[in-house]
Parts: sequence; structure tokens; C-alpha cells
Amino acid sequence: MLSAYVDMIRIRFLMMLAYRVNYFSGIIIYTLNIGAYYFLWKAIYGGNDTLAGFTVLQMTTYIAISWMARAFYFNNLDREIANEIKDGSVAVQMIRPYQYLIVKMMQGLGEGLFRLLLFSAPGMIIITFLFPIQLPTDVMTWAIFMVMIFFSFLINSQINIMVGLFAFFVENNEGLMRMKRVAVDLFSGLIIPLSFFPLWAESILRWLPFQAITFLPASVFTGRVTGQQVYDALLTQVVWFIVLILPIVFIWRKSRQRLFVQGG
Amino acid sequence: MLAIEVENLRKEFRVQQNREGLKGAFRDLFKRRYNHVTAVENINFQIPKGEICGYIGENGAGKSTTIKMLTGILVPTSGKVVVNGYVPFQEREKYVKEIGVVFGQRSQLWWDIAVIESFQLLRKVYRVPEQDFKKRMDELVERLHLQEVLHRPVRKLSLGQRMRCELAASLLHNPSIVFLDEPTIGLDIVVKTEIRQFLKEMNKKYETTILLTTHDLQDIEALCSRVVMLDEGKIIYDGDLEQLKQRWGKGKEIVFHFAEAVNMQTLQQLTQGMEVKWQQDHPYEAKVWVPFEQENVSEVMRSVVSELNINDMKIIETNTDDIVREIYKSGSAETAGENHHA
Repeated sequence: MLSAYVDMIRIRFLMMLAYRVNYFSGIIIYTLNIGAYYFLWKAIYGGNDTLAGFTVLQMTTYIAISWMARAFYFNNLDREIANEIKDGSVAVQMIRPYQYLIVKMMQGLGEGLFRLLLFSAPGMIIITFLFPIQLPTDVMTWAIFMVMIFFSFLINSQINIMVGLFAFFVENNEGLMRMKRVAVDLFSGLIIPLSFFPLWAESILRWLPFQAITFLPASVFTGRVTGQQVYDALLTQVVWFIVLILPIVFIWRKSRQRLFVQGG
Repeated sequence: MLAIEVENLRKEFRVQQNREGLKGAFRDLFKRRYNHVTAVENINFQIPKGEICGYIGENGAGKSTTIKMLTGILVPTSGKVVVNGYVPFQEREKYVKEIGVVFGQRSQLWWDIAVIESFQLLRKVYRVPEQDFKKRMDELVERLHLQEVLHRPVRKLSLGQRMRCELAASLLHNPSIVFLDEPTIGLDIVVKTEIRQFLKEMNKKYETTILLTTHDLQDIEALCSRVVMLDEGKIIYDGDLEQLKQRWGKGKEIVFHFAEAVNMQTLQQLTQGMEVKWQQDHPYEAKVWVPFEQENVSEVMRSVVSELNINDMKIIETNTDDIVREIYKSGSAETAGENHHA
């Protein structure tokens, strides 16, 4: 059975290769984003050496690594699930002896790995030439960062799955999906690191799962978090991953009862 | 042994009702109105192992809903479903390993990858041992003529090719029960015949139980020993096709071509005392309607042939389509029968 799930990753990988135009346009969009944020932050810093505990160098590295991590953890599982529910093809998934949501997760992983290998890795190399960036020299930091972006992927996908499954309960969850997208980009610290939020907002955000997607791994990578705190950050991710399983199981159970396949 | 057992099965849906106009839409925002629709209303049937059973009914009669409950996709509102000894929706993952399902209107192959890749993936999903898979694959490829399409992506296949692949995909794990929801929809007659032939042989060889829904009654005539007819969520007929035809078929028609001109009066005199109806549009040609159970076809023929010179003659059976259309129109197999006898 495991080999079937692994095959899901492989097949999604192959499918991504089949649609190369998406891939190239993605590279351009990401480079533009990183460039735009780099110049924006340079302007904000002005003559200041540090802002909210970030040096300019750390900030640039933070932006670059956040976007590169995003290429890996980002997926459209919410949209895919919602569409499969709306057009009724989720029925076909139910006649197979596997767990639909795990299959979806694997497909997301296939997509993520594709982008990590063919997009983030070469992209990162190009960016080190374009912008001043400080990459960690410690192998351990790299290793922990890799584990952490894997959890970023898991948590982000869990949120996507929850939002996608809402299509069972409402006729159109388009609005919810858009809201989620903005919420993830903003609250995860992709656009602004959490330390730049007002204190009250920051303390709320620290109790939400979004920070585990971008802010925590990027903080570890840029060396703003060290020592014991690194493991606390990782632990926060693990805890969120486990906690989010509960609502998913609950929503999935409810969905099974509600399953209403379009077209009689 | 029973393959499928259904008792008092019921499925209700809650369908949202949209109010009219802008004001209505606004009110819908706050308070939704729902309609309860009963798609399947307390149906009962049993299908023994190895039977091919046709499941027919008009659009919206509840066929697909039943299939979806039998395959574990939908959870029934109430009633009992046992297939292969499993309650489908409760033990879904274990249960679906032993069944095959084809939805004629929905592809279950992966759209962008080659057919063979889909098959390989399904082999892993169903955990079919490599050796069994190879044997099964060879058989399916040969029987369904898949050789030339195996390496093409599904989106580049014609409907007929795709359907044959779908069929193969649903049979790779050699399921003991196969559900086919309109498997021949939109196919040309050659592919249809091929698929029927294939299903028939599979049923013989592996004793596969097949439940199929269709709008093409020729599927039923070619394959099914038994028909279950559904209307508005209720079963209105359950029995064999021959019986359905005999009980509700209206009769037979005999067409005569005469060697010489004949008039209506002569014809009527020939069959005097018989409850038959003549119709003549041409001096050399006449049709006689012989109702079932009332008159004997051979008797009618004998009395005509013995007196008149015949060039040609033809017996026209009542078409199953006509019978079924009649039953659909009246809404019940019972009343359709009574109407006829009245």
C-alpha cells in the first residue's frame, strides 16, 4: 500500500513535468516577488542597521528563504479537493481502497518536491548572485531547516484540506479559499516577519498555526533563533501538525455523511 | 450464496431551495430553505452470486443513487445493505478491494498519464501481485484490444478506447462483483457489442456478479437474465426479461405480401372468430395484429396461408423499448399490464 502512496508522488511529479509553462512562469513570479520585497525592505531600513531585531542582511535572507520555502510547501489542494467535490469525481476516489486525504497529501508532496528540486534549488543559487544573502554554514542548521519545511508543508496542506473539505457543506467556498490564501501569506510571516507586527497582534499570531509555516523555519535558517529555541520551534510545528489532525478527522467524518454526488 | 442483499434501503437528500429574485436571494443568505427528496424509497432485492442483473429506470429514478450506496460512496439514510458480506460504507477500504466499478460518465483513469501508468498505479493500490497482474493484463489487453492504446495518455483516447480502458482498469484486481453504471453510453455499436461479449465471457469464466444500469435495452437483452426496474425510487419490476416481455408486450404483428390483390373483407373472413386486427395500406400488403394470450400466431398464419398466395411474410416482435417506454409512462409495471388486458 505504501508503494501506492509513493507512486502518487511520482505520478504527480511526472504530471508537473507535462505542464512546463506553469513552471517557467512560476520562476519569473518568484524572482519578481523576492526582488520587489528586497528593494521595499531596503527603503524601509533606510539608514537603520536593525529593525525589530533584524539586520538588513538577515532580512534579505529571510525574504529569499521564505519564498523558496513557499515554493515547496505551497499547493492547491484546497482548490483540487473543492473541485473534485463540486464535479462529483470524489465518488471515484471513494471506490478505491485508499485514504482519499492521504492520497491528496501525497500528490501535494509530489508537487512540492518537483518545485523544490527544479525551482527552489536552482532559484536559490541564482538569488545568491543577485542579492547579498547569508547562508548558514552549519550542516545541522540545514538539516533542521529541511525537516522544518517538511512540517511547513504538512501544516499548510492540512489547512488546505480543511478549507477544501468545506465544499461539502457550502455550495461555493471560493471566498473562504481566497481568505485562507491571504491569511497564510500574511500571518505566516511571508510578507512581514512576525516580529514586525504590533505586540498584541504578535502574541495572538503566536497562538495560531500560521507562524509554523514560514516564520519558524525562516527564523531558524537566518540564525535569529539558536540553541534550545531551535528545538522549541520544531516542537511547535510537530504539536500543530498533531493538533490539526483532529479537526480534519472530524470534518472528514461529517463529510462522509453529507456526501452528495452531483448528477444523480 | 447471495452477492448483494438490500433490505428496506432508503436515501433522502436535502436539497437547497433558492428563492426567486434579489429579495429572495438576500433572504437565502440568512435563512435557507430545504427540500427533502427521497431518491430511493425502501427498496428490497437480492442478487445471487454469478448473476448478471440489469438495473433500469428513467433518468432520476434512483439507479445511480442505489449504485453509490452499494459501492460505499453514499451512506444510506436507513435500511440494510450487505454486499459480499460487507456493509459497504462501514468497511469501505476493505470492501472496495473486492469490487470493480465503472461509471460511464466519469473517468477513473489519470487523465494526463499513459494508460499503462494508470494500470501500474492501480496494481499497487489494489496490491495485486506482479505475476497475477501480468496474467490478467495480458488477458484484458487481448480481449479488449488495448495493445495500441496502452502508451497513450488518456486524454488522447477516443470514447470507445477510453471505455475499454476503464473496463480493464476496474477488472485488474479480478473483483467478484462488478458495478457498471451506464458502461455503453455514447459508444458505437461495434464497441458496444464487443463490451457485451466481453462481459458475458467474464461472467461465465469467473462467475463474476454484474449489476449494470443502462438506458440501452439491448445491453439488457444481450446480457441480463434478470431485470430490476426502478421508478421514482421504488422497484416496479423484478424478474426476468422474457417474462416482462410476455406479460406486458402487447403482441406480435404479422406482415403479409400477397401475390395478388386482396381486399380487407377477405382477410377478415379468413380470421373470423379470432381476436385479431387487420390493417391494409396497399392491395398487395396487409398487417395483422395478434395479441398475446388471445390468439395463436401459427393459427392465424395457417388460416391465411391456406387460402391466399403469399410472396413473403414477416413476424414483428414487440420491441423491448416499446414495452419499457410504456411502463415508464404509466409509472408502474403493474398498471401497464392491467391497461393492456383491459
